[in-house]
Amino acid sequence: MLDKDTVKHVAKLSRLEVKDDEIEAISKKIGDVLNYVEKLQSVDTENTDITYNPINISNQFRNDEVKESLEVKKVLQNAPEKEMGCFKVPKVLD
Amino acid sequence: MKLYEMTLKEVSEKIKKQEITALELTKSILNRIKEVEPKVDSYITITEEEALSRAKQIDEKIKAGEEVSVLAGIPMAVKDNICTDGVKTTCASKMLENFIPPYDATVVKKLNDAGAIMVGKTNMDEFAMGSSTENSYFKNTKNPWDLNKVPGGSSGGSAAAVASGQAFYALGSDTGGSVKQPAALTGLVGLRPTYGRISRYGLIAFGSSLDQVGIFTKDVTDCAIVLKELAGKDIMDGTSADVEVVDYEKCLDKDMSKIKIGIPKEYFVEGIDEAVKKAVLDGVEKLKEMGATVKEVSLPHTDSAIATYYVLAPSEASSNLARFDGIRYGYRAEEYSSLEELYTKTRTEGFGDEVKRRIMIGTYALSAGYYDAYYKKALKVRTLIKKDFVDAFEDVDVIIAPTAPNVAFNIGEKTSDPMAMYMEDACTIPSCLAGVPGMSIPCGFKNGLPIGMQIIGNYFDEATMLKVAHAFESVTEFKDQRAKL
Amino acid sequence: MGDKILIGLEIHAELLTNTKIFCGCKNEFGSDVNTNCCPVCLGLPGSLPVLNERVLDFAITAGLSFNCKIAKNTKMDRKNYFYPDLTKAYQISQYDIPLCSDGYIEVEAEDGSIKKIGIERIHIEEDTGKSLHDASGDTLLDYNRSGVPLIEIVSRPDMNSAQEAYQFLEKLKEVLLFTHVSDVKMEQGSLRCDVNVNVIKEDGRKSNIVELKNLNSFKAALKAMEYEVVRHNELLAKGENTVRETRRWDDSQNKTISMRSKESVQDYRYFPEPDVVDINLTDDYINGIKNILPELPDDKRKRFMKEYSLPEYDAKVLTASKEISNYFEDMVSKFSDAKMVSNWIMTELLRRVNDEGITLNDVKFDKDDFVYLLKVISDGKINNNAGKKVFREMFETGKKAEDIIKEQGLVQIQDEGAIKEIVVGILNDNLQSVEDYKNGKDRALGFLVGQVMKASKGKANPQVVNKLIIDIMNNM
Ligand SMILES: [Mg+2]
Ligand SMILES: [Zn+2]
Repeated sequence: MLDKDTVKHVAKLSRLEVKDDEIEAISKKIGDVLNYVEKLQSVDTENTDITYNPINISNQFRNDEVKESLEVKKVLQNAPEKEMGCFKVPKVLD
Repeated sequence: MKLYEMTLKEVSEKIKKQEITALELTKSILNRIKEVEPKVDSYITITEEEALSRAKQIDEKIKAGEEVSVLAGIPMAVKDNICTDGVKTTCASKMLENFIPPYDATVVKKLNDAGAIMVGKTNMDEFAMGSSTENSYFKNTKNPWDLNKVPGGSSGGSAAAVASGQAFYALGSDTGGSVKQPAALTGLVGLRPTYGRISRYGLIAFGSSLDQVGIFTKDVTDCAIVLKELAGKDIMDGTSADVEVVDYEKCLDKDMSKIKIGIPKEYFVEGIDEAVKKAVLDGVEKLKEMGATVKEVSLPHTDSAIATYYVLAPSEASSNLARFDGIRYGYRAEEYSSLEELYTKTRTEGFGDEVKRRIMIGTYALSAGYYDAYYKKALKVRTLIKKDFVDAFEDVDVIIAPTAPNVAFNIGEKTSDPMAMYMEDACTIPSCLAGVPGMSIPCGFKNGLPIGMQIIGNYFDEATMLKVAHAFESVTEFKDQRAKL
Repeated sequence: MGDKILIGLEIHAELLTNTKIFCGCKNEFGSDVNTNCCPVCLGLPGSLPVLNERVLDFAITAGLSFNCKIAKNTKMDRKNYFYPDLTKAYQISQYDIPLCSDGYIEVEAEDGSIKKIGIERIHIEEDTGKSLHDASGDTLLDYNRSGVPLIEIVSRPDMNSAQEAYQFLEKLKEVLLFTHVSDVKMEQGSLRCDVNVNVIKEDGRKSNIVELKNLNSFKAALKAMEYEVVRHNELLAKGENTVRETRRWDDSQNKTISMRSKESVQDYRYFPEPDVVDINLTDDYINGIKNILPELPDDKRKRFMKEYSLPEYDAKVLTASKEISNYFEDMVSKFSDAKMVSNWIMTELLRRVNDEGITLNDVKFDKDDFVYLLKVISDGKINNNAGKKVFREMFETGKKAEDIIKEQGLVQIQDEGAIKEIVVGILNDNLQSVEDYKNGKDRALGFLVGQVMKASKGKANPQVVNKLIIDIMNNM
């Protein structure tokens, strides 16, 4: 189980809302997973490097050459709201 | 035999010999879809019009005597997390319910260039998170072998589409087993290539260091044909590797005399169904009879793989899915009184429970104070898991193990217990973490449900893996079995 | 020991590449909104970044110029935070292994000594898009800037006065310009500067670090730092302290204004970017960049002083840009009186170029013609004032110096016989002045020279005139 404050904190970082009546169920399900992954602590990883890309390749670069950009119409094709060629976020009481 | 029961290669020859037109073939598959899709629910979007007009174009080319690819005119399906220009790509999420990409994934572009006919976008677990296709926002896909069972996941829609004759082959994606496991559960050949073998450009990311586009086909020859079309370095994907692509179909001889097969003892333990174990070991025996050498190998960190995966994949996912914020595309909450609320409501309403759970697990594992104990630790264990495979492949050419611990389970059986669902991928996750290629081929049945044999290859050696699979397939009849609907 | 001011700087500079850092969209200021965008820089689902190699070259160039160590094995990382400007909700940046580290920039301390200001790190990262606001207060997002390559330069808090920080910025800007790494236009946002400042009193009391942002010019930065130092001192003197916060400079009110408090530290959840593979640089690669590194302003300045025996002031002016220093050295290669070249470039050429608001490239006349002009002046063929006249015409019309001199008949009379004739005439007409001179009134000499010059319509060589008058007077 994760404590309530941690769940709330993690939800906030994730920009997700956790309602008070859901918090217990969520903390249990996440807690189960976290308890399970605790088993990693028993693996000896001293002097072991990290692997964040499984194959040993490096230096994949592109040349500094201009490629065609998208038409503005396509850029904005999925915009929930747009105005004057821009994506729009309505004024909010920030 | 009905057209829809044939393999890609069989119908390709018919088209080439002009015994059938692409349009006729496409229409017959669209009819098949009308007939069985209501039962199977494998598609989210069906692109009937586009498919018909493309089929006509291909026919014109063929009539004009133009040389066309082996894939030209053949209906296929694409998982709905692979971007298709102008065609909705939803990731089976409310978040992307109306998302129309303005660009094609590299794999889609390659297939289009080869004249392939996409008939639809297939159902999946939301954002590829799941092993049963029950986490789709839209619907559950059913296993064509038994409509009460799941087809596996997350690429369950692609698997079910091919297994039910609604496409000759399909693209899926595999992060921790999402191609291999559903292939096993639906009696198909499913291949996940070496990490970096097929471009990920346009595949909507789940766990970037794990995701690969995979292939579903009815037999190994078809799989070899499609792999050749898709494999290769892509300048749009900096993680794709510049390693030679061979003609995989030409590698499919049956000479097993020089093949050394490793049997990892850690994959035949408690939790793996006895019938599954037996079917796989019987399969190995067949290969031995064909001349292969078989020896036991050890992959000692297998037991840490699921834990490693359930730290790394959610961590990467928490970052990859942060872009769904309601600003540029996708769902946006209707009511909010601040920017923060716009974000939070959009994401809370737009994502399903499993996705939210994994985002939170990942956020936790990356957050200050926990990073070293979770994320960094998992990256180190991953190094050890990778080393297991590197060491094992010093001695053997392929490793054979079960694909899934069991045959297809009932819809709803595991939805309430995430950990039980995660265990579905126990046999497929380790090789995904290592980045080596793997595939599943049908090797038996239990209660009328298919069993999958997993063949794991060495880095970039898909050829040997396919060769072994093909040898096995040639002396068994499992590939000829079709689900009856 | 006295009170101590601690200032550290964080500078973001956009790189002068053709394209963005991870895609082929144009890196261009001032395009129509959202026209330089593609799936990659829009962060569309499924898109992937591929690193522009020139970004590495430029960042290493900057690192080497600032005396940094270059990391041979490095990687990119993700910095996660939500903001509408940031299309992927993470910025691809560098965290624990910056490309360049442990460098310095030399400034002049108050006591005139040379002081090294440490550079902790220089890393590469992507810029964000831009928020605009329409009349009704809605936010409009333009992602043309999203994915423009940046280097972030982080100094150590080694600067002990606003002046030192100002010098640091000037030097930094100069080098980035010289190496063509960045065009450092603060008004276009291609150079942005944040300042951290606090004060430690003699008795050990410290003010809390305040961050200054939105400084849109070096002058504004200087004023803001000076203002803050005073504010910190005043608060400490009253027994109070500053709030740990971010403030901005308000030009109209001439003061800093609080933007937001900094109590909660952001949790960016940095982790290695799995979409970009490792960067492994060989010594050859780094040396290749080192070998083509242009001579830097500081080195050039020192060399100019030594090689051409120029005063420090001249060396500074002539090394203010690559264009100027190249111009100077071209001239000197054809005309060896470096000080004369320097004087003419500084007082005539640069003054006019600056007045016209043009660049050296726009100058109409040929450099060889300028050399010709200096030659005829130094040979005494025309005098200095005539030379200036000629120069003005060259500058305005682009005409050849030789033609102007001929047209206006400016060639000096060198022939002593001809000048002697005029001198004798003038002396005979002004015997009183000759008498005055002999009685020790030096001013009379100037008068007589002036009369001779007038009679020769300014063409007589003044040195010759001077010499002849004295000679003849002495014999009278
Ligand atoms: Mg930065
Ligand atoms: Zn772009």
